[in-house]
Amino acid sequence: MDEHIVKSYDEELKFIVRRICEMGGQAEHLVERAVNAMVKSDLAMAEAVITDDALLDAAQRELDERAIMTIAKRQPMARDLREIVGAIRISNDLERIGDLGKNIAKRVIAVHDHPQPMQLVRGIEHLSELTLQQLKEVLDAYVERDHQRAERIRDKDEAIDAVYTSIFRELLTYMMEDPRNISACTHLLFSAKNIERIGDHATNIAETIYYIRTGAQMGPERPKSDRTTSIVVPPEAAGSAPASEA
Amino acid sequence: MTVQSLVPPTAARDENASRLANQPKIELKDVSFFYGKSKALKDISLTLPERAVTAFIGPSGCGKSTLLRMFNRIYEMYPNQRAEGQILLDGENILDRSQDLNLLRARVGMVFQKPTPFPMSIYENIAFGIRLYEKLSRSELDGRVEQALRRAALWEEVKDKLSSSGLGLSGGQQQRLCIARTVAVQPEVILLDEPASALDPISTAKIEELIDELKSDYTIAIVTHNMQQAARVSDLTAFMYLGELIEFDHTEKVFTSPSNPKTHEYITGRFG
Repeated sequence: MDEHIVKSYDEELKFIVRRICEMGGQAEHLVERAVNAMVKSDLAMAEAVITDDALLDAAQRELDERAIMTIAKRQPMARDLREIVGAIRISNDLERIGDLGKNIAKRVIAVHDHPQPMQLVRGIEHLSELTLQQLKEVLDAYVERDHQRAERIRDKDEAIDAVYTSIFRELLTYMMEDPRNISACTHLLFSAKNIERIGDHATNIAETIYYIRTGAQMGPERPKSDRTTSIVVPPEAAGSAPASEA
Repeated sequence: MTVQSLVPPTAARDENASRLANQPKIELKDVSFFYGKSKALKDISLTLPERAVTAFIGPSGCGKSTLLRMFNRIYEMYPNQRAEGQILLDGENILDRSQDLNLLRARVGMVFQKPTPFPMSIYENIAFGIRLYEKLSRSELDGRVEQALRRAALWEEVKDKLSSSGLGLSGGQQQRLCIARTVAVQPEVILLDEPASALDPISTAKIEELIDELKSDYTIAIVTHNMQQAARVSDLTAFMYLGELIEFDHTEKVFTSPSNPKTHEYITGRFG
């Protein structure tokens, strides 16, 4: 796109875009380390993740302030306005991704002394690989402002939801098998949910990219394969008698 | 291009959407305008719906004021200026030679960039125009003057000094006096040529508030260099460039996702 007549306006917009890219890199790295800390039971790494989340929080606040100042000073229109509003939304998503990563790191510390079924940790590792790939792709799509790619990314969220659902089932089985697993499995379940939520934020970013580029919303069709809201443990499998016989 | 063919961008602005479904008030059909041999407007076709605000934007010299000046044929006061095509006001071609110009200008009032009060009292500024068209008793005239000043949101500020000179008012008040003068002769269309460009922000806000109120009764066409103002006050926006109509659409659409790249460059400050 051509440059503005006022050069400093271009500088302000470039700053905002650059900051989003930096935040994206930070968020990606943070989630990666949080999951690594879980796989390796690495307490030091988990603590570093918790500390580093503050950087993302600060970046988001700075971006918000700059974006608001640009709106006040320039009264942006059309694509410029969408770029700025889009940046505010995306930075919010990235900040939330940081929070979710931090939450995983906190759970690493919480479950450190409990035995964790390695197979489940591998499942979560796989889930995080899919999610991180999704996050990386959406950040690339942002750099290129590629709305078609953004659409394809949203469609891939289904795969993440499906893996999450299978992890959910597996964790339930472990908990039913041995109540001593409940504590560790609950933390793992929350971690898996956090990762699945990171995928949702990546999808939000994809929708925002589409809006920035086209000025239209992506449309309501959003694939959902997270079936966990309807999964229950059958009473007999959980070992409890039906209420009428109690 | 007619507004009937345009779909409102969102259902959220139901009120405006219904306003845009109003009957056409002014229809331009292949309108061109010449200053001597130079063609300043090129084959413009568009429709201004009744009781809606249509804004004309574009860089200096794009022809937006020229277009506005055609709606009441005020250009005829100057030599070597002529128009081609058809401008239908309620279906009647106002460019027709048989058109009574005094009657046309009573139906289509105009307010200019610089406030132009007559060098007479506030009262006379309003009464003068009314007397040209109607014979009213003193009390009826008083009523009409008050009504016009109230309509222009000026009554409370001037009711105790109606006999003072209109020139003694502030710039913003003078402009509202001119709007009152226009409204007093009960026109159908009001043309506003940069009505707030010489005013401070408070007076500008008052004029904008006034436009919002007036549009329930009048068809309004406004030329403005202030794009935020166009975005705030209008229902439809026409972007003009070098005498051509580049884009004409719902204001919401023009300022959020214009169809033409030229419009986008202009409204985002990239023109150059």
